[in-house]
Amino acid sequence: MKLRTFKIGGIHPAENKIAAGKPIVTLPLPNEVVLPVSQHIGAPAKPVVKKGDKVRRGDIVAEAGGFVSANIHTPISGSVVKIDVARTPQGLPVEAIYIKSDEADREADAAAMADNAPRRTAAEVAALDGKAIVDLVKEAGIVGLGGATFPAHVKLCPPPGSKAELVIINAVECEPCLSCDDMLMRENPGEIVKGVELLMRAAGVSRGVIAIENNKPEAIAAMISASSRVPGIEVMPLKVKYPQGGEKQLIAAVTGREVPSGALPIATGAIVQNVATAYAVYRAVYHNEPILDRVLTIHDGNEGRNLRVAIGTILADIVDKDDYEKIILGGPMMGRTASTLQTPMIKGTSGILLDKKYAHRRPVEPCIRCGACVTACPMGLEPFLVSTLSRLKEWEEAEKEKIANCIECGSCSYACPSSRPILDYIRVGKGKVMAAIRARAAAKNS
Amino acid sequence: MNVILLSIIVLGTIGILGAAVLFVVARCFHVQEDPRIDSVEALLPGANCGGCGRSGCRDFAAACVKADTLDGLSCPSSSAETMKKIGEIVGLAAAVAKPKIAVIKCNGTCDLRPALARFEGAPSCSVLASLGSGSSACPNGCLGCGDCVASCPYGAMRMNHETGLPEVIEDKCVGCGVCAKSCSRSIIELRYKGPRGMRVYVACSNKEKGAQAMKECKAACIGCSKCVKVCTHEAVSVASNLSYIDFEKCKLCRKCVDVCPTHAIHAVNFPVKKAEGPKPEPATV
Repeated sequence: MKLRTFKIGGIHPAENKIAAGKPIVTLPLPNEVVLPVSQHIGAPAKPVVKKGDKVRRGDIVAEAGGFVSANIHTPISGSVVKIDVARTPQGLPVEAIYIKSDEADREADAAAMADNAPRRTAAEVAALDGKAIVDLVKEAGIVGLGGATFPAHVKLCPPPGSKAELVIINAVECEPCLSCDDMLMRENPGEIVKGVELLMRAAGVSRGVIAIENNKPEAIAAMISASSRVPGIEVMPLKVKYPQGGEKQLIAAVTGREVPSGALPIATGAIVQNVATAYAVYRAVYHNEPILDRVLTIHDGNEGRNLRVAIGTILADIVDKDDYEKIILGGPMMGRTASTLQTPMIKGTSGILLDKKYAHRRPVEPCIRCGACVTACPMGLEPFLVSTLSRLKEWEEAEKEKIANCIECGSCSYACPSSRPILDYIRVGKGKVMAAIRARAAAKNS
Repeated sequence: MNVILLSIIVLGTIGILGAAVLFVVARCFHVQEDPRIDSVEALLPGANCGGCGRSGCRDFAAACVKADTLDGLSCPSSSAETMKKIGEIVGLAAAVAKPKIAVIKCNGTCDLRPALARFEGAPSCSVLASLGSGSSACPNGCLGCGDCVASCPYGAMRMNHETGLPEVIEDKCVGCGVCAKSCSRSIIELRYKGPRGMRVYVACSNKEKGAQAMKECKAACIGCSKCVKVCTHEAVSVASNLSYIDFEKCKLCRKCVDVCPTHAIHAVNFPVKKAEGPKPEPATV
């Protein structure tokens, strides 16, 4: 059978998935967590605790600050030390809640974690309707765990006029080095399938596609055997190509439909959710547990590990040394360099890269007009042009060249034989153009 | 021979026809423009810097000709004499604005502000600013990639590679403000040049609380308000842990410069102060 993939652009970076096959190890809970109020796309959450408050594991500490926003819960019991500024993996300073536990808190947490029995029986879950599931997802603060961190409940409520036809589970994991989703599928296929069923019920659709790149045969086999008796769920192996995990690319690969420029993915009838999100939905509905931890891959060149880490754990509690050349949070293609060891892990952090190989850029040479970036761009843009326009601050021209469509996958910079920092400039221009578009929309509405 | 003659005739005819068309078009679509616009524009520097608030020198010239009064219309890079000449051309009294100069409100040199990271991406402040952090811990200070230097239409800025900070070349700076707009961290301000170029300003933009600011940079303003207390002209104010000297009110007394514990307040172009100490004994003859 010919495997599917998306048509426009794409690259084949070295996979380096050395952590594949390494079982997920749960990191002991840290004694202190830092919970930024902005761990998702959309409005920052509003803190509902204040300095000195006692909180228990699973308590809500910040509630959604709007429709496109998400609740934030504490993974450890303890008291709120302070509410102060912290730097997120994106590098931006945002308000954060600092929580510290004491001996009694740690014992209580250990007891709570040991008790892993479901809080709802299968019959109780079967009685829930779509709306109830969406509410549980919203309550649990679930966001897209692939890295984009778009609140999951928003995707499950399509805007009026659009109708969902299928749910696509993004288990592509196209970023090199990362294998956290792979291991999650190998270890918890049954739970993920239950999560997918819940997502399908919440969205009111009868078809679910679990899309996995075929460099993960064990995960594909595990998912097929777990989903074989569930009607409507199909496991679809895909041809390996970066950035297949991009929402628009995945929809193109699975359905053959293209998301129109400026439109939401729901315009094609597809709702895309990450596989870790599906697992989180299972935990939220069956165990009544909000997002308290996530699986991430640690890659340090010779050795890879998969860790289950509490949200808000700071980098210094995870990595043992502090003399790494560079620490990248996320994958090598889209990850951001951590500026301090005090950076907390947020819901969207999928990996920690300590490998020296990724620490430095190649020297920049002049553009030779080869067009490699144009061939590589999965959005059909002309990256060399958009990048230059952005560098020259020609925002209007850049907007006409659809800079806002850029998904910041980094394929252009990767493909460039002169190793030009193409994406660096595009990112600046995209920010400016998006702000201008939003300002125009706001002016129109008022 | 025939071919040469034929070519001359054909090309010559095309040329004459083209000239005729151009002549007719030029006559029919001629736009009547005030000739004074040209003469005003000839006096302007032609850098199209936008310091006057117009889109370029010609736009400014057109505005001068159209205006009823020259108040508020002033080219920052032209001398008072040039403005007077422009006034004569358009028959209005010239407005002379106080000359301004760009000042860089950061003194976080390499020695005073330890670098925590090395940036390898595109060498542009805007790229660095979009990542949220610079190479030092200071969230407000100069990023040091020289966007301002590249933007200056008068070549009045240079990068000092020893300090890692840009410098304004006083003679060349006209105070057009292009650098201030290009600065991703908004640390360049246009201030009055002052008599003989004397000016006092806070060379810091750090808005963190004092203790944190000190950790980030030894030359940071810590918001201690000593300068506010010592100022007798109510020119100094502190907001968000950062002192600001209002150049409209400042009388250049330099009391604030002396009390600042971190030497964040800079006074430039003042004559050197006489060394203080016991007065020398009057010489006995």
